[in-house]
Formats: sequence, C-alpha cells, structure tokens
Amino acid sequence: MSGQLLQGNEACALGALAAGCRFFGGYPITPSSDIAEAMARELPKVGGTFIQMEDEIASIAAVLGASVGGVKSMTATSGPGFSLMQENIGYAAMAEIPCVIVNVQRAGPSTGLPTSPSQGDVMQARWGTHGDHPIIALSPSTVRETFDLTVWAFNLSEKYRTPVILLMDEVVGHMRERTELPPRATIEVVDRFTPNVPPDWYFPYEETSADVPPIASFGEGYRFHITGLFHDRAGFPTQRLDEIQPWLERVFKKVSRHESDIIRLKEEWIKDAATVVVAYGATARSAREAVKIARRRGRKVGLIKLFTLWPFPEELFHRLARQGKRFVIAEMNLGQLSLELERIVGRRKVRGVHRADGQLITPDEILEAIRRR
Amino acid sequence: MKREAQEAYQYLRHEKKFPNMWCAGCGIGIVMGSLIRAVAGLGLDKDQVAVISGIGCTGRMPVYLDFNTMHTTHGRALAFATGLKMARPDMTVIVVMGDGDALAIGGNHFIHAARRNVGLTAIIVNNSTYGMTGGQVSPTTPTGKLGTTAPYGNIEQSFPVAELAKAAGASLVARSTVYHVAELDRLITKALTKKGFSVVEAVSYCHTGYGRLNKAGRPADMMRALKENAITVKAAAKKSPEELQDKIVRGVLHEADLTEYTELYAQIVARAQSQSEEDQT
Repeated sequence: MSGQLLQGNEACALGALAAGCRFFGGYPITPSSDIAEAMARELPKVGGTFIQMEDEIASIAAVLGASVGGVKSMTATSGPGFSLMQENIGYAAMAEIPCVIVNVQRAGPSTGLPTSPSQGDVMQARWGTHGDHPIIALSPSTVRETFDLTVWAFNLSEKYRTPVILLMDEVVGHMRERTELPPRATIEVVDRFTPNVPPDWYFPYEETSADVPPIASFGEGYRFHITGLFHDRAGFPTQRLDEIQPWLERVFKKVSRHESDIIRLKEEWIKDAATVVVAYGATARSAREAVKIARRRGRKVGLIKLFTLWPFPEELFHRLARQGKRFVIAEMNLGQLSLELERIVGRRKVRGVHRADGQLITPDEILEAIRRR
Repeated sequence: MKREAQEAYQYLRHEKKFPNMWCAGCGIGIVMGSLIRAVAGLGLDKDQVAVISGIGCTGRMPVYLDFNTMHTTHGRALAFATGLKMARPDMTVIVVMGDGDALAIGGNHFIHAARRNVGLTAIIVNNSTYGMTGGQVSPTTPTGKLGTTAPYGNIEQSFPVAELAKAAGASLVARSTVYHVAELDRLITKALTKKGFSVVEAVSYCHTGYGRLNKAGRPADMMRALKENAITVKAAAKKSPEELQDKIVRGVLHEADLTEYTELYAQIVARAQSQSEEDQT
C-alpha cells in the first residue's frame, strides 16, 4: 500500500500550495489552526508569504489585498472567525476578487464546541454576507478529497473571479488517513484570466462573452479602481440603474451559466434506487456505510455525495424527484441543506437526519431513516 | 500655482470623476493635493503607487486619483494594504483614512500595522467627526463638544493619534493641518520615503457637521482656528503640558530606524529556503 498518513488540514495546506497559493493571512482558531501552521512553515520555502493578522476581519482583508496584487491567496478559520469575515466576503463578491476561504466547521452558535464537528455553517456560507450575491461552496469528506477540492476551489475562484468557500468539518480536518496524493504533473491548475489590451482599453468589470472580465493586478500599468460600491464597467461608483442591473445579472450568470462546470457530486446505486441518501462532508462517510448495509439487506437505496453545496444541484434533484424517488438527507445541523432539497422536491419527499450536538451521525441513524422512509 | 495645477491634473481621473463629492470648503481636497504634490515631487511612477482607503468622506479620495486605487470596507484599509504590500513589496502603498475609519472601527488594525512596521504610509484626515453620516461623535471629538450622537456633549476622551502610533511602534509620526499646506506636502513626502510604517495626521475640520453643531463658524473661521491653534514641535518643546492642552503640535513628532516588515519577511524566506535545501541534502 502506497501513500502517506496525512491529516485533512495538512492536505488542505498541500492542496493550496499545489494550486499555486502564495499568500496566507489567518488567525488561530480550533479546529483550523493546523492549516495556518503548515502555511507558515511551507510558504516561505516556495517564495510565498504568510502573515498572522490581528483578527479574522484583518485576515480576509489581507487576503483580498494580496489577491489584488496578483497572488493567489487564502485564509482558514472556523465558525466564529467565519462570522467575522462575512463583510469582506461580500466585498470580494462585489469587487470580484478571487480568494479561497476555508471554514473547518465546529459546533455553534457562538463559541459552541470548538473541538467537535458540525455542518452548521452551510447557510451562512450561502447567505452570511449581506445583500444578494452568488457564491461557490465546496465540501470534502476524505483527506484526499480535501486536497483535490482545495486545488479546485482555487481554480474556480480564479476562473470565475469570485470568493470560494471550502466547508470542511472538524472530523475531516483532524482525521488522519492513508492518502495518496496525485502526481504534481497531473494536477490541473487554473490561473486568472489577465487583460491583454492596452491600459486605456481595459475595463475591469466589462461584460464579456464568458461572463468573467479579465482581472489586472495592481502594479502592472492598468491603474483601475476597486470599490465595494456598485460600480460601472470601469470600476467607478454608480447609482445608475442601467449600470447596476447589468452588473447583478452578470455576477449571477458567472455561476448560474457555468453550473455544469461548478457542480460536482458522486452518484452511487442511483439507477434502481427508490430512496436516495444525500450527504456531504464527514456525514457522507456514515451515509455510504448505511447505504451499503441497506443494499445488502435488499433495499433499493442510492447515494449522492455532494462536493459542491452552492450552487445546489437543482436540476438533478428535480429530475430524480420526477422519477418518483424519495430522499433522506443527513447533515450535522438541524436542517440547512435539507431546506434547499425540500424547496426543490417538496417537503413530503424528504426525510432529514439531523444532529447539532457535536456528534457524528452514525450509519444506524441513517439506516433508521431509510427504514421509515 | 499654474504649474502646480497642471501637475495635479496628470494625477487625477479627470475624464470621469469630477466635481468631487466633498462639501464646498472641506479640507480633504487639500490633503489630496498635498498627496499628489508629494508623489509628483518624488517622481514616483503612477503604476507603482497604490492608494487604499476605507469608508467615509476621506474614503472617497482614491476614486479621483489616477493610481492603483481601492476603496475598501470601513476600518479595514490598513489590513487590505498589508496584504497588498506583502504581495507587492516593490509598490508604494498609501492608505488614506478618516479619524473614525482609522481609530474607531479600524483602531485595532492601526496599532497592529504600526507594531508590525509594515511599509505603508498612513494619512489620517482628522476632522473630529463622522462627516458622511452627518456629524456623529468620533474617537477624536474633543471632550465636551457636541455630536449628533452626543447631543448633551461628548463625555469621552479624544484619542491622541500621534502618541498612539508612536507607542505602537510606527517608524515615523508627523502632524500638520490643512492650513499649513506647504508643511503637509513636506511631511507626506518624508513619510513616503521613510521605510516602515509612517503616519501623517492631517488635522482638518468639518464645517457641515461638527462646525455647525458646535457653532465653530464658516470654513474660513475653522481654517483660522487651525492656524491659530497650531504650534511647531520646536515651539512646543518650551511649553508646559497645560499650555499645550488645546494646541495642535505640528511637524515630525517621532522618528525611528527600524527594519521594515517585508524586508524582515524576505529574510524569513531566505532562511526557510536554505533550511529546506539543507534538509534535502
């Protein structure tokens, strides 16, 4: 057996480095601190920079500042820190600055259970910052997936000029697994699309056929303006409806028109399934075990493990619901992504398995829900 | 004067962004003029200059300036600037903030930027109030004065900006007023050439908010008050603390030679890389 014994948080740091991350700004918080520690150790070796800021607000601000300087940047935190970052996540969405925010979820609200897992920040990842905005959020369930999804989070943030949130949880973050990392040469790394026009022709917020305007870095001759105010195509503040509305449409299109590229999930045993179990993160591990046991017992059960939580795979669930399938969704919260599923397929088709007390959901609990389905 | 007007023109985004949004008679434009003259005097390449601000009247300054500009969230300009400076240590990064932005919501970032001694030039336009939101009390509103949120008088002490910056570890701390424009030009020039974290407090006024509430008169009256209340560092040295109570001490207030943060970090990079080479051999 090859591979190495690797921790989820370490895999996240290694994934970030492999993706080309060269700036980390963070603040210590359990259970994410290993990521900052690994980045503090590894970044200078590859010519990158690490800084421990005075709080999480400053951390995300520094990340955005570094990204504007043309450097792939990230931060990592947990619930309380994620709450503090919300305003500037909105700034990143508004100013279309690529960045990756890792949230190793712990049980909340407030200080909660710092060393226990949760998936309680799913809705906060979607709507945590004020105002309407698109967002991409990913969630891994294994150490290897943590590596892969961290790389992919950078790729998506660069490609779509948007903040990407990686929702880990305490179990995935602290867990050690024998992990084989992909060979360096096979890792796909996407870099931001930069302008190739003369500075006078450059509009940092221009409508383009790809919905994503090229992004220039500070210091390269383009001298443009970035603001959290609604802005025109040049980046200057505007209150004109004919400039605000197109902006809103474009930034939502960045995600909605590219869902087939952004949404990733894994289907198993779906074809004959009468009941589909939906899970993500550490819970997906219990869910898979439960589905395997149920199938051994002759029940027609399938599994959908979500890697992309936002945007939510609406079309897929519409289709499965039309086929008459019913759903069990398991998540370590009192009902968050289940609300989205219920919205799409109808409440009566969904049974939720929920707990928010810092304990993992067991296969037995999911089996019970499958039985009562 | 004509020459200077032409000079300023090259540094302004004249095609789109004028007239500016400040009240007629405001001092912020004077600080912007000083900033331009300092950059022009040093012959800095516009492409290599970034101006970053937070929220408030002063926060609107960058949009008029033809540099790499960023109007960030309230209080966080220094943290954004820190990230940019680490990504691009070669750039001249200037941060413009009001007193509320720098010292209330951004107070923590201010002392930590000073403590790290990051190579940023922080210009604080101190008008003792929240101007854009309508004259609320700020961390530099003098005790006893009125604000819309201190209708019976401010019971809080005012932050001594320069002393705070000095104690926190800044490399250069200077202060002048929007009346003493030539001095302000010189101090900003000095701050731009100083390695490490430099702070220039530009004492201004807000006749629309603070001035009207406190019956401080028209802009010219408030300007005259700055002229009369300001005292040079040299003259201040001969006065007692009591005599300096309501005075604005102007000039270079503190200067230290400390290694700048990104230079220190470059040493970390060298150390980490030589260690990892050793580990591999």
